[in-house]
Amino acid sequence: MPSASQTPPEPGMPDPAARRQAMARAGAATTDELRAALARAGAAAEAEDLRAPETGLVMVRGRIGGDGRPFNAGEATVTRAVVRLPGGETGFAYHLGRDRTRARLAAILDAHWQRPEARPALEAALAEIAGRRADAAWQAARKAAATRVNFFTLARGED
Amino acid sequence: MYVAVKGGEAAIDNAHRLLAEIRRGDPAVPELTVAQIREQMRLLVDRVMTEGSLYDPDLAALALKQARGDVVEAVFLVRAYRTTLPRFGATEAVDTGAMTLARRISATFKDLPGGQVLGPTFDYTHRLVDFGLADGAGPEPAAEAEPEADAAACPRVTDLLGQAGLLEPSPPDEGAAIGDLTREPVDYPVDRAVRLQGLARGDEGFLLALGYSTQRGYGRTHPFVGEIRVGAVELAFTPEELGFPVSLGTVELTECQMINQFHGHGAVPPQFTRGYGLVFGQGERKAMAMALVDRSLRAAELGEAVAVPAQDQEFVLAHCDSLQATGFVEHMKLPHYVDFQAELELVRRLRAEHAARSAVPPSPDSDEAPLREAAE
Repeated sequence: MPSASQTPPEPGMPDPAARRQAMARAGAATTDELRAALARAGAAAEAEDLRAPETGLVMVRGRIGGDGRPFNAGEATVTRAVVRLPGGETGFAYHLGRDRTRARLAAILDAHWQRPEARPALEAALAEIAGRRADAAWQAARKAAATRVNFFTLARGED
Repeated sequence: MYVAVKGGEAAIDNAHRLLAEIRRGDPAVPELTVAQIREQMRLLVDRVMTEGSLYDPDLAALALKQARGDVVEAVFLVRAYRTTLPRFGATEAVDTGAMTLARRISATFKDLPGGQVLGPTFDYTHRLVDFGLADGAGPEPAAEAEPEADAAACPRVTDLLGQAGLLEPSPPDEGAAIGDLTREPVDYPVDRAVRLQGLARGDEGFLLALGYSTQRGYGRTHPFVGEIRVGAVELAFTPEELGFPVSLGTVELTECQMINQFHGHGAVPPQFTRGYGLVFGQGERKAMAMALVDRSLRAAELGEAVAVPAQDQEFVLAHCDSLQATGFVEHMKLPHYVDFQAELELVRRLRAEHAARSAVPPSPDSDEAPLREAAE
């Protein structure tokens, strides 16, 4: 698929790490959240498919002992989509699971995010989504923390 | 040998329709949704993902629904589904040290940086049936507490012990090719990476029994649970058209670090040896069994005699896959009429020879069963 191959960084393009973060945040968003984020940026939820949403597999790698030689632990389903806006921006999404609608919306969001005029509104929406995920994670961390245990060893009678 | 049969289409169709009706159960009882199975039968879903070797909770829940709760049948469905999909590539190796922990315990060290977190566990429950659940009684809300400052960084226990040289280090990543038993035929002996792939998808019951056998003395390895951790890790994947890693999302994993009795030789001073387990979802029993068997399969590497089943990699890996095992066992239910006909003819001939030798005539009706033989 040569049309979607690596695009050289354009002038005025932001830090790739910022795009990676935006893509990760979009990946953790629900379909409704993605639609709302696009609407907030005044961005159409439509684009040309360069790669129609497709479900496939990735092999998940672990490491022997947690930090050693890699091994194949098992696969996971992944859905990918690649779209292009009329202005030429190409958007990508690779998500765990089989939700093609969500992957396509995230790819559209990634494409719009590359338009400087849409980026601030999308960043704000993604920050809110990330905030909701962080709140949920914090809640889970607080529940886990309540189960933190301190065991004491007891001296036996004969000792 | 299995020889194909013809016919039976109408009966087979009707059997499948009957299966669908029986699967649904009493229509007066509300139908299970996939989401209900995913949320409330979580450990079963995790087991199907692990043994199906495919992380997809909704798919595993659907497979369980279709399979009427039969784990091996659900694994079969998941494995069949995966064969229809292209593979996009492999993730970067997960960093379990950076796991967002739901649970983390050690049976060997009580004071760990980051602490011991029991999380949602059956451990220390009284195993009394809770009849309140039958009445739909909801749970009281989980307790909450402020995480302590050290909870943010929880190094693996093995990282701590390893620093003192008391524990053998993990085998280093030297960039060697990573064997994949779903792509290449297994040619024994196989390296530890391929063994772990096989054990990860192996049947929990089989590996549990083998792990147990090592504890009971068939290849004793003196294990301790160095650490079990359960939680979420992020998967990173580099699509070739992008050229940089993207986050695919998070998966829940269970990791078991088994610490076993010493080994040392020549220049290497005595140190603890290790076994490793890693499974999808919360699967502690499976991760522990995997780690026990991983360690026992290292017998040859560590200069131990290979004398018992749990030390024999071909015995373990060739028989631990529930789908392969059930395929060969259950295919025997299918018509083997031609095969059996050949056996019948053989036994008749042997009996005739035996009768001729002993001069005692066989009773006439014991030899000719009143059944029609299908291969006639």
